[in-house]
Amino acid sequence: MFEPIKVSLESLNLVTLAPMLIAIAGGLVILILDLINSKLHKSLYVMLTILILIVDFGATIGLNVNERGFFDVMLIDGISIISQLLIIVASILFTPLALTSKRFHEYSYPEFFALFLFMVAGFQFMVASDNLILIFVGLETASLSLYTLIALHNRSNSYEAAVKYFTMGALAAGFFAMGSAVVYGLTGSIELYQVAQVLSVRMGETGIMAAILGSSVLLMVTLAFKLSLFPFHTWAPDVYEGASAPLAGYMAIVPKIAAFVVAIRIFGMYIDLGIEWVRIMILILAIVTMTLANVMALVQEDVKRMLAYSSISHAGFIMAAIALDTTEGTTSIFLYYALFMFTNLGAFAMLWISRHKVRRFDKRYDHPYSKFSGLVQIMPMGAVIMALFMLSLAGVPPFSVFWGKIYVMQAAVNAGYVWLAIVMGLNSAIAAYYYLKLIVYMFLKDPVKDMDTVYYNLSKPLMVVIGLAATATIAAIFYVQPLVSYLYYMISASGY
Amino acid sequence: MDNILSVLIFFPAIAGLLGFVVDKKSARAYGITVAAIEFLLSLWLWFSFDTGNAGMQFVEMIPLIPDFGVNYYLGVDGISLFIILMTTLMTLIGMVSMSIEKDVKNMIITLLFLEMTMVGVFVALDAIVFYLFWELSLVPMLYIIGAWGGPLRVYAAVKFFLYTFMGSLVMLVGMLFVAYVYHSLTGVWSFAITDWYALVLPVNYQLWLFAAFFLGFAIKVPMFPFHTWLPYAHGQAPTIGSVILAAVLLKMGTYGFVRFSLPMFPDASVMMITPIAVLAIIMIIYTAMVAYAQKDMKQVIAYSSVSHMGIIMIGIFAMNAEGIGGSVFQMLSHGIVSGALFMLVGIIYDRRHTKLMSEFGGLASVMPKYAVIFGIMLMASVGLPLTIGFVGEFLVLLGFYEISPVMTVLAGTSIIIGAVYMLSVYKKSFFGPVTKEENKTLKDLTPRETWSLIPLVAIVVWLGVYPKPVLDPINKSVNAMLVFMEEKAITAEAKDIIKVPQSATTAGEVK
Repeated sequence: MFEPIKVSLESLNLVTLAPMLIAIAGGLVILILDLINSKLHKSLYVMLTILILIVDFGATIGLNVNERGFFDVMLIDGISIISQLLIIVASILFTPLALTSKRFHEYSYPEFFALFLFMVAGFQFMVASDNLILIFVGLETASLSLYTLIALHNRSNSYEAAVKYFTMGALAAGFFAMGSAVVYGLTGSIELYQVAQVLSVRMGETGIMAAILGSSVLLMVTLAFKLSLFPFHTWAPDVYEGASAPLAGYMAIVPKIAAFVVAIRIFGMYIDLGIEWVRIMILILAIVTMTLANVMALVQEDVKRMLAYSSISHAGFIMAAIALDTTEGTTSIFLYYALFMFTNLGAFAMLWISRHKVRRFDKRYDHPYSKFSGLVQIMPMGAVIMALFMLSLAGVPPFSVFWGKIYVMQAAVNAGYVWLAIVMGLNSAIAAYYYLKLIVYMFLKDPVKDMDTVYYNLSKPLMVVIGLAATATIAAIFYVQPLVSYLYYMISASGY
Repeated sequence: MDNILSVLIFFPAIAGLLGFVVDKKSARAYGITVAAIEFLLSLWLWFSFDTGNAGMQFVEMIPLIPDFGVNYYLGVDGISLFIILMTTLMTLIGMVSMSIEKDVKNMIITLLFLEMTMVGVFVALDAIVFYLFWELSLVPMLYIIGAWGGPLRVYAAVKFFLYTFMGSLVMLVGMLFVAYVYHSLTGVWSFAITDWYALVLPVNYQLWLFAAFFLGFAIKVPMFPFHTWLPYAHGQAPTIGSVILAAVLLKMGTYGFVRFSLPMFPDASVMMITPIAVLAIIMIIYTAMVAYAQKDMKQVIAYSSVSHMGIIMIGIFAMNAEGIGGSVFQMLSHGIVSGALFMLVGIIYDRRHTKLMSEFGGLASVMPKYAVIFGIMLMASVGLPLTIGFVGEFLVLLGFYEISPVMTVLAGTSIIIGAVYMLSVYKKSFFGPVTKEENKTLKDLTPRETWSLIPLVAIVVWLGVYPKPVLDPINKSVNAMLVFMEEKAITAEAKDIIKVPQSATTAGEVK
C-alpha cells in the first residue's frame, strides 16, 4: 500500500503559478468560445488576449520577491518577475497588430491567439523556475507554439521558416536534455541551487572539470541556438524573413529574454563557482556574434534581413553582459531589452506600412532598400519615425537604445573590461553604417517612379503601436531612472 | 532669467517643431525671425554675464538619472560665452544669406534643430548631456549635406557621420571610465565635468583617457591624419552647410580640448605637447600647401580652414594664458572669417554655378562691393593687423613661443603661406582683365547678401582694433583654469610648464 501523498495547499504556494495559469486559461477560453460560435470576429479575440495579458501582468507584478512554490520547482525571484513583466508587455504591444491587416488571414483564426497565450505561458514557466525539467517544458511549450504561429502565415517561405526553426529547435532541445542529464549525473539534482551546492563541495575533485565542460557546452549550444549566437545564428534571418514582420520583431525580443534568463541562471552559477573558462567562452561567443552579425548586416539587400542580423548583433552585445556576472551587468541585460523592445518592435512594424500583392521592387526580397527610397516625400511622418528607430538602434542619444548601450558599457568598464567596452563602441560604429543606409534611402534618394500605386496599411492599431513605440523611444530619458532603479532593486534582491 | 541657457537650447528646437506647421513660402521668414530672437537672447546672456566672475554662471542642475549620476547640468563661463554668441550669430547670418530654393522649409527646420544641438554642446556641463548634443548634431548635418549637396553628397555625408561617430564612441568609453574612477574614489556616480575636474588621476590613466578623448575631438577638429572627411564634406555641402560646419561644428573639437582634456588630464596634456604640436604644424603647413594647389575656390577655403584650425590647436597646447586665450579668440575669428568666406564663395557659385578659379578673373571691376568684402575677409583670414585674425594668431604664437621657439617659427609660416595662397586666389579671380564673356554681366551683391555680410565685416574690424571686451572674460576664465591645472598637476614637469599669470592668483577659482 502506498501512503497517500499529503501536501497542504498552503505549502504549494499556488499563487506563484497564477500568472501562467491565467494565460493558459485564457487560451482555453478562446478555444471554447470558438467551439460555441465559430463566426466571431477576430477583434474580439484580440481584445480578449490583451485583457488576459493585462490580468497576467497584474498577477505577476503582485508576486512577492524570492518565493518558491509548487514543490519548490517554481522560483519567483527578482529576475523572474521582471522578465515575466517584459514578456507580457512585449506581448501586449504585439497583439493589436493582429487587427491591422485584412490581408493576413492567420489572425482571423482563434487558434492563433490561443497558441499565442500558450506560448506566453511557456516563456513564463521558462523564466520562473530553476528546475531544469520545468525550464525544458516551458521552452518546448513556447517553441512549439511559436513554430505553429510562424507556419500560420501560410506562405511557402513561412513553411520553410517554421520547418527550419522546428528542426533546429528540436536539435537544440536534444542538446538541452543531454546537458541536463550530464548535470543530473554529476550532482544528482536538477534544481540549480542544489547543483550549485553540490558542485561547490566537489570542485576540487579530479575530472570534474571535464564533466562540467560537457554539461556547459551542451547547455550553451541550446541557449546559443535560442539566442541566435554565432555559430548557431544561421536560422535566424531566414526564419525572420519567413515570419510576418511584427512576429519577426517579437521573436527578436521575447524568446531571447527568456533564454537570457536561463543563461543567467545556469552560466551565472558556473561563473560564481569560479569556473573562469565559462566566462571566456561567453565573451568569445558574444564578441564574435556582435561583430560577425554586424558585418553580415552590412551586405544585406533586404531591410528585414538587415534588421534580423542587427537583432542578432544586439543579442551578442547583451550576451557579453552575462560574462560580467555583476549586478550591474545583469541589470543592463533587462534594461537593454526593455528599451530595445519598443524600438525593435516599432522598426519591424514599420516594415508593414506598405504591402504589395506581388514583389514589386525585387524578385527575391519583400523589403529591399529601394522600397524605402524617397519615403520622406511619400510619407514624411513614417520616414521620420523609421529614422528615429534606426538612430535609436544605432545608439544615437537621447533615444532609448543609447541608454541601454551606455549602461552595458558602463557595466563592462566597472567590471574591469574596458577593452570590451571599446569593442562594443567600435561595433556600434560599424552598425551605424547599415542603419544609416536606410536613412539615406528614405531621405536622400528619390522615390522609384515606375511603380503602380502602393498600398499603405495605415490602420489605427498599427499607428497606435508605432506611436507608442516611437514615444517610448524618444522619451526614454525620462523613464530610464525609475526603470533602472526598479530593475536594480529586483535583481539585487534576488542576489544576482 | 536664471534658466536662460535652457531657453537658448530649447527655443530653436521648439520653434523647429512648430515650424512644421508654417507654410512653405513663409518658412524662411519664420526661420530668420526665430534665429534673430535666439541671437538677441544670446546677446542678453552676454549683457547679464558677470565678467568679473571666472567660474560657471547661470548654472542649472536637474537630476535626470540620479542612480547613474546623469544630470541636466548647464553653465557658461568666459570660454563658452562667446562661442555661443558666434553660434547664434552665424546661424542667423547663414539663414539670411541662404540661397537655397529647394525644400526651404525642411532646411529651416533642420537648421533650427542643429542650432539646438550646437548651443547644447557649448553649455553642457555634464559629460552625458555633452555627448548627447555632440552626437545629435551629426544628424541634421548629415541631412543638410546629403539632401542639398553636390553630386557626391551621400558619400560625403555618410563619411562625415561615420568618421565622427566612431571617434566619439571611443570618447564615450573614456567618459564611462572617468565616471567609474570617480565612483570608485568617492562612492558617488557623477558625470558632471566640474566634479571630474576635482579628480587627480594617475599619469598612466591620464594618458589612456587623453588618447580616448583625443580621438573623439581630433576627428572633429579635424587634426592632420583624421582630416580626410572634411574636404569631402565641404566640397559637397551646400553653402549654408559649409558655413555652419566651418564656423561652429569644428569648434566643438577644439572646445572639447579646452573643456575636457586640459583641465582633466593636465599631466598627460603637458606630456603630449610635442606630439600634438608636431601634428598641428604638419596640419598647418601641409594643408596650406594643398590649399595652394587647389583649382576650386571652395576647396582653397576648406583647406585654409583646416590649416587655421592647426593654429588653434597649437595655442591650446601652449599651456599659458596667451596661448589658450588666443586660441579661444581664434576660434571666434576663424568662425566668423571662414564662415564669411564660404558665404562669399557661395555667392559667386549662385551666379556662375562653378567654383573654379580659372572661370573667373577681373571680378573686381564687375563686382566691386563683392571684391571689397572678399578682400577684407581674406586679409582677416591671413591675419593682417587690425583685423580679427591677427589678434588670435599673434597671441597663439606669442604663447607657444614659451614652449618652443622653433615650432613657433614653423607655425608662423602659416601666415606667409596663407598669404601666398589667399592672394593668389584673389589675383586669379578678381584682378586682371575680364576674360570670360559670362563674367561681364555678373550682378554685384544684392542688398540681402550685402546686409548679411556687413555685420561680419564690422565685427572683423571692431574686434581687430579693440578685442578687449571679448578677450577679458575669456582670459579671466582661462587664467582660473590654469591656476587650477597647476594645482592639480602631479608631475613636476607639468607644474613647470603650466604658466600661471601673476594676476591670476586673485582671479578667483573654477568651481
